[in-house]
Amino acid sequence: MSSLIFSPEYLQRRSFIELNARDRAKALFDSETGRELAGPFDRIESPWLAMQGVTPQADDGCIVMRGRIGGQHAVVIAFNGSFQGGGIGEVSGAKLSAALDLACRDSENGKPTSAVLLLETGGVRLQEANLGLAAVAEIISSIVALRRYAPVISVIAGPVGCFGGMSLAAGVSSYIVMTPEGRLGLNGPEVIEEESGVEEFDASNRALIWSIYGGQQRYNQGLVDVLVDDDTDQMIKTVRDLITKGVPPINRSEQVDLYRSRIAALDPSTQWAPGKLSWSAASLARPIGRNQEAATDK
Amino acid sequence: MPGDPPSVLVADASIGNETARFLCVVPDHDSRFPCARHGEVGLEQAYTLAARVREVIGETPRTSRSSSLPRPIIAIVDVKSQAYGRREEIAGIHLAAAAAADAYATARFAGHPVITLIVGQAISGGFLTHGYQANRLLAFADNDVLIHAMRKEPAARITRRTVDQLESLAKTVTPISYDVRDYAKLGLLYKLLPISNPEAPSADEISLVRNALVEAIADSRKGPTDLRNRFDQTARKATHLIRARLEEQWNQ
Repeated sequence: MSSLIFSPEYLQRRSFIELNARDRAKALFDSETGRELAGPFDRIESPWLAMQGVTPQADDGCIVMRGRIGGQHAVVIAFNGSFQGGGIGEVSGAKLSAALDLACRDSENGKPTSAVLLLETGGVRLQEANLGLAAVAEIISSIVALRRYAPVISVIAGPVGCFGGMSLAAGVSSYIVMTPEGRLGLNGPEVIEEESGVEEFDASNRALIWSIYGGQQRYNQGLVDVLVDDDTDQMIKTVRDLITKGVPPINRSEQVDLYRSRIAALDPSTQWAPGKLSWSAASLARPIGRNQEAATDK
Repeated sequence: MPGDPPSVLVADASIGNETARFLCVVPDHDSRFPCARHGEVGLEQAYTLAARVREVIGETPRTSRSSSLPRPIIAIVDVKSQAYGRREEIAGIHLAAAAAADAYATARFAGHPVITLIVGQAISGGFLTHGYQANRLLAFADNDVLIHAMRKEPAARITRRTVDQLESLAKTVTPISYDVRDYAKLGLLYKLLPISNPEAPSADEISLVRNALVEAIADSRKGPTDLRNRFDQTARKATHLIRARLEEQWNQ
């Protein structure tokens, strides 16, 4: 890693993570084709936050943009991790599922429209608890519907990561892209420590956290399709390549027998040290390879 | 079924004039995974649900007794949560949960009536994994029925409130309430069933549940296979507003 950090290419890169949600979305589209829908000037705010003394935001922390990526129709839905931890509320959740449903309708009518989800989210926004949870169920359903016609690509780039119910949304996607700075899991470290005790998970142990949830580990396990550096140009190319690649022959979450047999082979009788599992990407039913390799392919 | 953990109950049984597949997650105090011994949905439970649901999608129509219609799948839900463990996260429990939700959603889109009967707890990732992809949701109107994103104590702590404050807010903020009767006001339930004592139901109550399931099956066969029936006009005004606005601006 250190040789990478000091290389001129790395120093001169444009960081993707440092962009805000709107700029991340915009960056992925072909020059200036990204058009924001139901944006902040539409002023559709969460109806539930003000009732609880929480200041709402005019876009509810979710940006929907439509345009072309690599010449193909696409919609990008980006979460702003700095508003309520990117939590899914009624409005932000409905934005995402409605955008997926419209992409699905166009795709069914012969205009394939891919979806890119820029996920920076801790899961359900607890101030909207049951409507957030319901929205996540609807999002999962809408992804499963759309991915039959066009790829749904989940990108987990920043350190907020993708947790809670939204990790299922990533799980049912056609492809998952992560940076080494991203994290992916169902239960975050604090929740596990709270529910099962500090012996189960010490949430202050950064090394433990990254060795479990980090993008590099998830990629080594084959739970992620592409690992890409925090570089906007590489991210653009990665997303474009996956859209060009189209719908995969089988989705990861459909490979029940493969993953079930892997779980059956595990020995959970004692606690596991970090790095316990490295189901290699090579043993996957559909290896895609590192972005660097993909870059030289085309 | 052979190879399945004892915590996942699977049965093919008659309902109405057809054979449905019933699935339920129950406690198993001897589970190999220590964080999945009390009725939580863990790795083994989630992948087993996924496998047993996919089995029904894959079968040829003649195994469905009276008709060639895709047969019903009925999830009986009493799940206290997903499994909160280190081993689970290392092994990618998010994918296990996704595989189960995927299987239920795929069955629904393939025309199987997927019906969920909530008889106890339906919490967070546990519910997303087992039950929340159904065409129709039914629940007992019982004080022990609990549908929520998180248990009361940690939810209060994380939102920096006391449990008392949370409870008093829940009187006006319907989606954060822990009462199933408030949940019913969100328009997500097909039916709330009055069962006085679920532990010892009367014959009438058993037939009430049976009839409600048969009706839910018939009703879901009449409607679309997606989840749009959950978008209640009054309870989810903001959902309608955002959907209409996106639709309006989509092709501008």
